[in-house]
Amino acid sequence: MNQEEQVQLLGLWGSPFSKRVEMVLKLKGIPYEYIEEDVYVQKSPMLLKLNPIHRKVPVLVHQGKSIAESLVIVEYIEDTWKTSYPILPHDPYERSMARFWAKYVDDKVMLTLWKACLGPESEREKMVEEAYEGLKCLEKELGDKQFFGGETIGFIDIAADFIAYWFGIAQEASGVMIMTGEKFPKLQRWSENFVGNSIIKEVLPPKQKLLALFKAQFGNDPSK
Amino acid sequence: MEDEVILLHFWPSIFGMRTMIALEEKGVKYQYREEEDVMNNKTPLLLEMNPVHKKIPVLIHNGKPVCESIIQVQYIDEIWSDKNPFLPKDPYQRAQALFWADFIEKKLCVCGRRVWTTKGEELEAANKEFIELLKILQTELGDKPYFGGNKFGFVDIVLIGFYCWFPAYEKFGNFSMESECSELMAWGKRCMQRESVTKSLPDPERVIGYVLHLKKLYGLE
Repeated sequence: MNQEEQVQLLGLWGSPFSKRVEMVLKLKGIPYEYIEEDVYVQKSPMLLKLNPIHRKVPVLVHQGKSIAESLVIVEYIEDTWKTSYPILPHDPYERSMARFWAKYVDDKVMLTLWKACLGPESEREKMVEEAYEGLKCLEKELGDKQFFGGETIGFIDIAADFIAYWFGIAQEASGVMIMTGEKFPKLQRWSENFVGNSIIKEVLPPKQKLLALFKAQFGNDPSK
Repeated sequence: MEDEVILLHFWPSIFGMRTMIALEEKGVKYQYREEEDVMNNKTPLLLEMNPVHKKIPVLIHNGKPVCESIIQVQYIDEIWSDKNPFLPKDPYQRAQALFWADFIEKKLCVCGRRVWTTKGEELEAANKEFIELLKILQTELGDKPYFGGNKFGFVDIVLIGFYCWFPAYEKFGNFSMESECSELMAWGKRCMQRESVTKSLPDPERVIGYVLHLKKLYGLE
C-alpha cells in the first residue's frame, strides 16, 4: 500500500478536536491537504458524504477512504504510520492507561470546563465543582512528568489540548478562574510545555481570534 | 507464572458483559466477582481499583486495573493476541470498528437509558431516537453475519449486551424490536449461539425485573 498518497483533513480552525489530528500529522511529519469546513455556516456536500453519521469535523481522508472522530483518527494515524513519533505507548497496559485518561478528558473534563465558563447560571456552580475535581485528577495523574506521555507528547496530551490552550483563553473571555498556576501548578507547567512545543505552536489557532470568538459566544447569550 | 485475572462486574451491566464475553472468547481463566450492591455499597476492592469512576466493570490483570469496558476489550485483544482476534489487522477496518464502538457508547447507551427512565413526550422522543440509532446500526451490519464480517468481532462484542435488554426496552418503551429491526434481532440470535455470549448475558426476564426494581427505587413508575 502506498502510504505517501495524499492525506486530506477536513477541519475547523478553532476546534480542539480538529487540531488534535493536525498535531499528530505534524508530529509524525505526514504531509496533508487541509480543507476548512465552516460547519456553523454551511456543511459542505463533501463533509456530508464523508461523515454522514455525525456530520462533524474532523474527518481524515486517506487512500479515498474517510475516518471520523478525532481520537479514532489519531489511532488510525498511529496504526498506519508506525515508524515516526509514536503517540501511544508500546506496552498494552500503558496503552490502556493512555486510552483511559484520554477518554476521561474527552467525556468528563472538557465538557465540565466549558460549561463552567459558559453554561447556564443554574448549572454553573455544579460545573465549577466538577471542573475542579476533574483537574485535580489530572494534576495527580500528570505528577512530575513533563507530559502525560512522559518525556514526549503522547495520546493523553493530544486529547487534553483543550485544557492546555483553549481553556486558558475561555477563562480570560468569561472571567471564570478555575485552572490557575496556584491551584494546579503541574497542569500549568504542562500546558506551558505543550503550547511551547515548536510543532504544536505551528498548529494552534491564533489567540486573539479565539478570544474574540469566545467573548462573542459568552457575551451574546451567557445562558446558552 | 500464571496470569491472575479478576473481573469485577454487576450482572445486568451491558458494559461488564462486553469484558466477560471478551475473556470467554479468548479462553482466559478469570475470577468473576459480583459487586452485589454496586449502587450503595461498593466493595473496597472496587474503590481501590477504580478510584476515578468507582464503577464496574474493572478488569484486574496481575494486580493492575484496567477500567472502561471498550478499553478492556482492546486490552484483552492485545494481550491475548494469539487467539480469536477481535479487531481487524487493517488500520482502516480497525478505525471503522473503533468508530462504531464509539457510536454505540456515545449514542445508544445514553438513549437507551432514556427509554426506561422517562414518560410521555420525553419517552416518545427517546423511543424514536433509539429506533433510529438501531436502524443506523442495522444498515451498517447490512448482509454480513456479524459486524466483524464473517467473524464475531469487536463491534459485535460492544453491542451484543443490548440484546438481553431489548425485551426491557420493548416493554417500557412500548414498541416491538422485531417489527422495527428484524435483521438486528436475527444478528442477536446468531450471536447467542456462541457460548461466550450465553454465559455472559442474563435472562431478559431477570433484566426486566431489575429495571422494575430500579423504576420503583427512583420513583419512575
